[in-house]
Amino acid sequence: MSQAPDFLVHEHTDVVGVVVVETVQPGAKLQGWVMDKDTTIEVEALDAIPLGHKVALTDLAPDDTILKYGHDIGKIIAPVRKGGHVHVHNAKTKRW
Amino acid sequence: MSIPRSFWGFRRENGRVGVRNHVIILPLDDLSNAACEAVANNIKGTLAIPHAYGRLQFGEDLELHFRTLIGTGANPNVAAVIVIGIEPGWTKRVVDGIAKTGKPVEGFSIEGNGDLMTIAHASRKAKDYLHWASEKQREECPISDLWISVKCGESDTTSGLASNPTVGNLIDKLDPLGIYSCFGETSELTGAEKVCATRAKTPEAGKKFLATWQAYMDDVIEPYKTSDLSESQPTKGNIAGGLTTIEEKAFGNLEKIGKKTSYVDVLGPAEAPAAGPGLYFMDTSSAAAECVTLQAAAGFTVHLFPTGQGNVIGNPIEPVIKLSANPKTVRTMSEHIDVDVSGILRREINMDQAGDMLIDMAIRTANGRVTAAEALGHREFVLTKLYRSA
Repeated sequence: MSQAPDFLVHEHTDVVGVVVVETVQPGAKLQGWVMDKDTTIEVEALDAIPLGHKVALTDLAPDDTILKYGHDIGKIIAPVRKGGHVHVHNAKTKRW
Repeated sequence: MSIPRSFWGFRRENGRVGVRNHVIILPLDDLSNAACEAVANNIKGTLAIPHAYGRLQFGEDLELHFRTLIGTGANPNVAAVIVIGIEPGWTKRVVDGIAKTGKPVEGFSIEGNGDLMTIAHASRKAKDYLHWASEKQREECPISDLWISVKCGESDTTSGLASNPTVGNLIDKLDPLGIYSCFGETSELTGAEKVCATRAKTPEAGKKFLATWQAYMDDVIEPYKTSDLSESQPTKGNIAGGLTTIEEKAFGNLEKIGKKTSYVDVLGPAEAPAAGPGLYFMDTSSAAAECVTLQAAAGFTVHLFPTGQGNVIGNPIEPVIKLSANPKTVRTMSEHIDVDVSGILRREINMDQAGDMLIDMAIRTANGRVTAAEALGHREFVLTKLYRSA
């Protein structure tokens, strides 16, 4: 990848990536760097996603497990489409 | 980069090496803060460390109070100590604990003397100590004399992507050189606790970690929680930065111990390591100032603090080096950041280069460079309280 990435993915099995640029608008075509495999993927953003927030890399349904770092980091509580913003409005801890 | 094999520090009476040369005025209790601050105001260059506790504590909570105060005075970043307490008994207990290091320490008590007489006597002694300490010279010390603690704060997803792994890269490079290092944050490993248990050097240490984590869940979280702790753990700042769950935060947190390094033992709060060089886990709160205060009291002399959203913490005796990978934070809060590793996210630098940048800053800080937190006067000293006082 020649240009700086728009989002990063820790592990190729992850279902979310992290936006690392300051503004992502709906419709933006995002370039992602999958760090463990050193590969590039592309996702079209459906929502405005702030810096540091997660973008769905696949369609996700309630009770789906969210994989990041290759690990279970919680569950989906409202449907999210690929390219959608994943955060506290549609995702939740499985603990506590 | 070839890693420096030495740094310039202050070798203390007990052989430990400090990177700062403070003369501290340490209150036993909340009542003695005013006298301590008056002494530090009289004698320029000394440092009062006020705090909120020390009265009617008992049992394990009282033991932790003494261990933290004694450990703070005993830390090799401290050259000499004045202790002031409301009464002489517990004051002497702190003085005697610090005196085991061989460093100069004297206690003063207020009852029967009043603040003004106490301040006058303590100020004269503090002045003697300051003259004595000011003539101490740094000497070249092997890198194995470095004790490094780590703890992150106001983390966001950039912490787990870049600034925490930068700390991990440093740990992986310096651990083989014989340093002591320490990570903590018991609650903040929730979700990653099983993975963390596998990072122990021995099965015993792994079991001890899991037992410590479980005790925190059973004794602190479960009895007192009223929700899933969202906005506390993760914090409001974490959530603003894109972290959604405690599990997500925990895996980012664990990046700080590197990819190869395993921990040799599990420490109680403010407990000094006793199993030789290596990485240690300490049972601490995940609140920044509480955790760093306990790590400094265990004898750690340089702190590495990755932040995402911009936690501004410092410590009175242990320099806190701040690094961030969040491009917005390094731009809007640049005065707080010692090492900018945001280039990792743009693929301008790799993790190995970022780790080398942090090693360079850690050595420079050990040699005397003032950190951003020191320059800005951040001296957060927060005692951990286990339960209500009697």
